[in-house]
Amino acid sequence: MKHETIETHAGILIVLTLIVISIGGLVEILPLYFIDDTVEEVKVDGIESVRPYTPLELRGRDLYQREGCYTCHSQMIRPFRDEKLRYGHYSLAAESKYDHPFQWGSKRTGPDLARVGGKYSNEWHVQHLVNPRSTVKESIMPNYGWFLENPLQFNDIADRMRALKLVGVPYSETQAEYELNIKNFGKEVANQLDITQAEANLIEQAVSKNYDGYIAEITEMDAMVAYLQVLGTMVDFKQFDDGYFATFR
Amino acid sequence: MSSISLTNSQPYNYDIIRKFTVMAIIWGVLGMTAGVYIALELTWPAFNLDIPAITFGRLRPVHTTLVIFGFGGSALFATSYYVVQRTCQVRLTSDVMANMTFWGWQIAITLAAVSYMAGFTQAREYAEMVWPIDILIAVTWVTYFILFVSTLAKRTQPHIYVANWFFVAFILATAILHIFNNMEVPISFFSLKSYSLHAGVQDAMTQWWYGHNAVGFFLTAAFLGMMYYFVPKQAGRPVYSYRLSIIHFWALVFLYMWVGAHHLHWTALPDWTSTLAATFSILLLLPSWGGMINGIMTLSGAWDKLRSDPVIRFLIVALSFYGMSTFEGPLMSLKSVNALSHYTDWTIGHVHSGALGWVAMVTFGSFYHLIPRLWETKMYSDKLIFLHFWLATVGIVLYISAMWVAGIGQGLMLRAFDEYGNLAYTFIETVEFLYHPYAVRAFGGMFFVAGIIVMAYNVFMTIRKGRIEKAALEEKLAAKLAKVQG
Repeated sequence: MKHETIETHAGILIVLTLIVISIGGLVEILPLYFIDDTVEEVKVDGIESVRPYTPLELRGRDLYQREGCYTCHSQMIRPFRDEKLRYGHYSLAAESKYDHPFQWGSKRTGPDLARVGGKYSNEWHVQHLVNPRSTVKESIMPNYGWFLENPLQFNDIADRMRALKLVGVPYSETQAEYELNIKNFGKEVANQLDITQAEANLIEQAVSKNYDGYIAEITEMDAMVAYLQVLGTMVDFKQFDDGYFATFR
Repeated sequence: MSSISLTNSQPYNYDIIRKFTVMAIIWGVLGMTAGVYIALELTWPAFNLDIPAITFGRLRPVHTTLVIFGFGGSALFATSYYVVQRTCQVRLTSDVMANMTFWGWQIAITLAAVSYMAGFTQAREYAEMVWPIDILIAVTWVTYFILFVSTLAKRTQPHIYVANWFFVAFILATAILHIFNNMEVPISFFSLKSYSLHAGVQDAMTQWWYGHNAVGFFLTAAFLGMMYYFVPKQAGRPVYSYRLSIIHFWALVFLYMWVGAHHLHWTALPDWTSTLAATFSILLLLPSWGGMINGIMTLSGAWDKLRSDPVIRFLIVALSFYGMSTFEGPLMSLKSVNALSHYTDWTIGHVHSGALGWVAMVTFGSFYHLIPRLWETKMYSDKLIFLHFWLATVGIVLYISAMWVAGIGQGLMLRAFDEYGNLAYTFIETVEFLYHPYAVRAFGGMFFVAGIIVMAYNVFMTIRKGRIEKAALEEKLAAKLAKVQG
């Protein structure tokens, strides 16, 4: 076919362009859904290490998105010596398999947060979020005082979990789903994933852990700190042989 | 001149082009000002003022959306409608549809900016719009596609001009990218909150397939379409090589769709995917430079115009920055370079050498050619165009130099070890190092904003001049007519 044929027929131009621009995406994206090794299997004694977020953590994650934290913080540690020393073991694909959307980020104006969980105390996080320069003098992070002032909205927590269930996160609604979760995650986790208990679970976690230090009210700070404290803590790397995860790369 | 073009322009819909042109400049001023503001926040965090709506995290998507989709998008609507009508020698097939694209687009941009500041976002870069806005954009875009293609189909010229190939590819690709990247499930019909259909690795891959092709098709292919009309027109010479335009068009649209995963080097994305993306990124250098060479060489034999014609200056400097950033891009897609550059300001600098140097400069040049023709007059001031040129150029150079220092400097500090094998710097020490480059970047941004404000003033005065001249001409005609009849 002469090029003249293409440029004198709008229909041919459109069809050919469509074909040419579709190939790259098809070759690179579709296999990621079908190649099993794309997401590592991470199990200890038959129990899945990586679990969906509890209702309170989930609300914290929503707030993390609302404030655009991903514009300055990554959640993806690369397999380099300096990153291992600074942040810990490189991130696994499995560790974000329930993340709708992913929050890997593209810029580190602040440090990576993939394994920030457990690194600092709750009190430190509260103080740091309210006034970052009170804990790190040279920080350029904005103050997030309103986390402590705003009561946490959680009347739609079940809707949020149901939407996530629809896209594949194993939150349970029926007895059968709940029992499957017990099998995969253990009873304690399965209880947290039960949508019918979502509100009670959220209140229970916020009150018992009291992340924000205020007893009177469940604030956005409770959810935010609960989320930060769980980041990167689900996989216990001591349980796996050196090199096990490398087989997936 | 004016009376002839008055009758000549009647068959074309210039009204829609005028509206999009004015809005592009307005979004440009707002979006770039937002950019300067967030640059100040990064230098002096007190600028966040403890107001949620204007903290960096919420304002950054406002900046990117206003400049990419507000400024860039409106400029593309304006120029693509102009080019398709001029080169097909036919009026847009529907004024109603044209106005639908105008209002749909402007409302989407406005809602997006307001919703981010209120905290409603999908939290996926460059696709932050919440689901109702996504639907509005999809409807607007399909209308655009139908309008553009039906106008092409009605053309009175047998050949579809090369600029239109690029516009067609841009419209098709953007539709596919927008739809597949925004598959999401709202938590209810009454909530703006939704969750992405994909998760983790697949979500990251889809997002960067979208993200990089927003660069590839929205900010490159479409602006090449702009270039292929306005450079030959302003230079008064035909496109340098027809053959080159064919080869680089097909190579460019094919290769771009493969390269998104170079944003995910060394992450949990499988190595085969990012390696493939890096390979195609390097190949992409060839068609990119094909376009640059075809544009710049169009001027061969008329190089003297660089000295006298400020519009040509904008267009040629734009092509030079295009060549530079499409060389820098493949370089940064190499895994070893990316290990240093990723997560640092080098990426930010690279984006801006493309966005300010290429996208904005080629738009300014095209607009200075277009605006006098739309309002049937001459530009109010050539001196102000020269002033704009220098403000913009100095601004870009300050910006990208500061970001090279910031990005490469921080990248080197983060991987430095002391003699005992410990990390040489804490993270916060590298943040302290960024202070001066960040201040220079904000300063460079101010130059660039000053430039577009000068342009806005020049354009405002030109439109006013055009209206006064038109009124005077009509008065004259009426007087003549009255004399004849009397």
